[in-house]
Amino acid sequence: MNKSDLIKALSDRGDMPLKEARAAVEAFFTAMEEAILREDRIEIRGFGSFCVKKYGAYVGRNPKTGERIQVPPKRLPYFKVGKELKERIDS
Amino acid sequence: MTKSDLVEALHGRVGFSRKRSAEVVGLILELIKEALERGEKVKISGFGNFEVREKAARRGRNPQTGETITITERRVLTFKPSQVLKERLNHRR
Repeated sequence: MNKSDLIKALSDRGDMPLKEARAAVEAFFTAMEEAILREDRIEIRGFGSFCVKKYGAYVGRNPKTGERIQVPPKRLPYFKVGKELKERIDS
Repeated sequence: MTKSDLVEALHGRVGFSRKRSAEVVGLILELIKEALERGEKVKISGFGNFEVREKAARRGRNPQTGETITITERRVLTFKPSQVLKERLNHRR
């Protein structure tokens, strides 16, 4: 399922025009993205939570050439699945 | 940020009533969960991909007792953030 499939499904199930479903899905993910960029933790019961993890700098290697490279510190979004969804997926 | 902030965001940005907005947020989450439950990958461009992965059974250890146990096969959910989101998180200001 991609974003347009989700928009179509929302339009059907939510009984709304496609245009409205598109605006809703866009607003939903924009709000999520903005929260992640603010490094605000997102907690959605029954689904899961997102937080930003910070990783320090380290010396890595280019796996192709074996050359040592300095990897700068970085931030990565991390998702932890919620209990309900975890159980629904594994059943 | 919680579900109620998402409800406010849809209310403010799309113009739904708060009640309708709450229904729509619930529906979006439910549709995503249903797709994942069917084992489908959910790809949201610009945000990231949710993927159900099949993990084979493996031998593990109870870290408290040190006892060897078999971890049964299972399906787990992984999220891979999009390149765009990762870059925006690291190259701002």
